[in-house]
Amino acid sequence: MSLPLRLLLTVPRTARRGELIEIKALAQHAMENGFRHDQNGQIVPRDLLRQVRFQYNGFEVFRADLQTGVAANPLLQSTTIATESGVVTAIWTDDQGLDAQTSARIDVT
Amino acid sequence: MTTPISAPSPAPIQFSVPAISRRDCLGVLAAFGLAPWSDAFAEVEQADAAIRELVRDARVRSGRISMELPPLVENGHSVVLSVNVQSPMTAQDHVRSVHLFAEGNPLPGILTAYFTPRSGCAVLTSRVRLAQSQRIWAIAVMSDGSFWQTSAETLVTLSACTEER
Repeated sequence: MSLPLRLLLTVPRTARRGELIEIKALAQHAMENGFRHDQNGQIVPRDLLRQVRFQYNGFEVFRADLQTGVAANPLLQSTTIATESGVVTAIWTDDQGLDAQTSARIDVT
Repeated sequence: MTTPISAPSPAPIQFSVPAISRRDCLGVLAAFGLAPWSDAFAEVEQADAAIRELVRDARVRSGRISMELPPLVENGHSVVLSVNVQSPMTAQDHVRSVHLFAEGNPLPGILTAYFTPRSGCAVLTSRVRLAQSQRIWAIAVMSDGSFWQTSAETLVTLSACTEER
């Protein structure tokens, strides 16, 4: 497993223009930090999601670089200002540089 | 080492002990080979080095940034941590990034979050791994280049990171 198996992204379905909205992104991923041993005493190789980016209609509003201290099944929660109707996207990048993304629609009135 | 029995009596002990930080205390213990957890000390050094690499010679002030971390956690595998930085989040004055460092993990890095004025508010919630009871540092970098820090200490009863699966 390198790319996350499942992704979740939560944003409010509707919002008023200028309102502060919360973005929550969750990925199903073991986030192996390379320090753990398996049952045979072998080190489990490192396999992390390195980065997550939140884009609002293609504009990057938040980014986080993840390191070994992030728990398995990483959750990232931040905010943005609702400016226009469109799509919020969370893009996760793994150790190999591969991307996985998920989107959620928001209607701004 | 010989101490004459008739040594002059020492000056009366003063109880106004200067503030000794946990880190100084650990340093002294380590110097005498008495460190209760010598690995942890090395990790504190690593975390210090990582923070120094980030801030270099700049002054790091306390305030403006706050962190929420449970004071006691049963299980270090997944600990909810949230950070909040006071900032108007305008193009002229916003939080550029927030860096989290762990003093007691095998590697100090937890995560680095980058904000933009369109974030609206510099808040972040995530879940972290804690290998042992330790202190977590959060450092915010503002758009004017200033550094603000806070820290929180937590007790972990079951470690993460290194156990078998």
